[in-house]
Amino acid sequence: MLIQQLVNALTLGAIYSLIALGYTLVYGILAMINFAHSEVLMLGAFMALGLAALLPAIFGTGVVGLVGMFILSMAGAGVINVLVERFAYRPLRHISRLAPLISAIGVSIILQNGVFLWISTQSLRFPEPVAIGQVPVFGATISTLQITILAAALILMGLLHFFVERTKLGKAMRACSDDIQTAGLMGINPDYIIALTFFIGGALGGAAGVLYGMNYGSIKYNLGFLPGAKAFTAAVLGGIGNIRGAVLGGFILGILEVLASGYIPNGAQWRDVIAFTVLIIVLLVRPSGLLGEKIAEKV
Amino acid sequence: MLRWRWTPWTALALAAAFPFLAATLDAQYLVRVGGVIGLFMILGLGLNFTLGYVGLFDLGFIAFYAIGAYTTAIAMRAGVPALLALGLAMVVTLAVRALLGLTILRLRGDYLAVVTMGFGEIARLTINNLDAFTNGPKGLQLAPWRPLNFLSDDPNIQYYLLILLAVAAGVVAAKRLENSRVGRAWVAIREDEIAARLSGIPVRHYKLLAFTISAAYAGLAGGLFAQWEQFVTPESFVFWESILVVSIVVLGGMGSIAGVLLGALVLVGFPPLMQWKLSADWINYRYLFFGLILVLVTLFRPQGILPSSRREAELTS
Repeated sequence: MLIQQLVNALTLGAIYSLIALGYTLVYGILAMINFAHSEVLMLGAFMALGLAALLPAIFGTGVVGLVGMFILSMAGAGVINVLVERFAYRPLRHISRLAPLISAIGVSIILQNGVFLWISTQSLRFPEPVAIGQVPVFGATISTLQITILAAALILMGLLHFFVERTKLGKAMRACSDDIQTAGLMGINPDYIIALTFFIGGALGGAAGVLYGMNYGSIKYNLGFLPGAKAFTAAVLGGIGNIRGAVLGGFILGILEVLASGYIPNGAQWRDVIAFTVLIIVLLVRPSGLLGEKIAEKV
Repeated sequence: MLRWRWTPWTALALAAAFPFLAATLDAQYLVRVGGVIGLFMILGLGLNFTLGYVGLFDLGFIAFYAIGAYTTAIAMRAGVPALLALGLAMVVTLAVRALLGLTILRLRGDYLAVVTMGFGEIARLTINNLDAFTNGPKGLQLAPWRPLNFLSDDPNIQYYLLILLAVAAGVVAAKRLENSRVGRAWVAIREDEIAARLSGIPVRHYKLLAFTISAAYAGLAGGLFAQWEQFVTPESFVFWESILVVSIVVLGGMGSIAGVLLGALVLVGFPPLMQWKLSADWINYRYLFFGLILVLVTLFRPQGILPSSRREAELTS
């Protein structure tokens, strides 16, 4: 029972982590909450559904079709995120801290209502990309779907880690995150790196959306909001702006939620209360999150 | 025009005459909309203390609207007179807000935003789950309270006027605070916290004061909302409503009272106005346009529609 719950928790946590990475990457560079991120994740799921529905011969089945669906949805979600940054955030970048936030809320409403008006007002069934089988492990049964989700998430996190730590562009991203002005003086084009960050964040969000659709079997125009808010919480819990923190926060939140609904009487009702209470307590003890660096006082 | 000294009085007189005009035009629906706009004006004025004057980012403000509404509902069901219930709502929200502020105000910037968001969700879910006090998702019903029967038979008109009175009182209180020693201290803190501290302003106290005063407005608005609707459910207090209040303050012009009022008028009034005027085909588009307004206004007037004159003076001089 415990192992079963833990697997459920890890699956949920992996999805939260991927979304949280999108928030934290953008925050690390621009110190801005990308409120439209939850809609990017929703659009990722819809793009995957669109691919599987329009080109069933190519996408959605088999390893190649599945990977292709993932890559195209991720690229699409990344491009949308870049466009949002270009048109709704960049003009406001140096003006005030709250203006991009309001613009982001506006974009989020536009994207959500766009899907609501022009695609579907109802839940749509998400195709089953893998044949669902049960694998017995240590007395628990794990579905192949959960294994797929976990594997996909871990591979993406590994790729991100490699990109950020081992490539030149990743180095430029880290430099911009440290100090964007100095990075600019060193010959890094900040606009390009910011766009790249939005692309990567959006692509991870899109992947999370596809995984979310696979996990729950149906998608709707407003699916992004709840996991978006949870993942944002997870990013803050881990220390916003910190990549490892986002992953840690995502998994902690997933575990907390699943264990709370499984082991506390009436836990399903109280699970979000428990998650948020833990968040508040953690932040009171560690004001910049679990792995966040201590922010120096502004002088 | 806005600098004209009779502008506030003209606006108040027009607003007070509006429901009677609407009745002759057969547009009673707009009176209800006006009442809701008024409630959000009160909420905006309240959040303006926290967000506009001291710059503390609060994403869970609607929790205090909820606490105000539920305090009023529970008190009135227990037989407390309506006015006393309103007062009680303000006292309870102030107390909860002060306690929350004492614990979380040392957090900075976006961390504070997330914690207040968390508090907002905790409050809503607790109301939803504590069936014994709040009747859970089924909500609480209240006996009617009609204090302005001598003016009109229509409860919507009565509450419209009552809310208008509360908005006016809220504006006067905010204006007096803004121009006081306290208001100047708040602006100093927002502009440069360290300089303010070095000038001898007890920063923590003044932050807590601004944070706490906000709640009285939310409590009042919540109480009026409960009495007007005679019914409260947790559904009215979702995260989206907190976002709406933040948008009202930022879009209107942070720290500007006139800006907040205008922000509420535009953002809360727009979707129902479209619903009223447009054909059925277009009704579904109202939130799309709402989003477009948010983006376009922010892009063209990032400092808000009516930025505070004090801020403007500071930036231009």
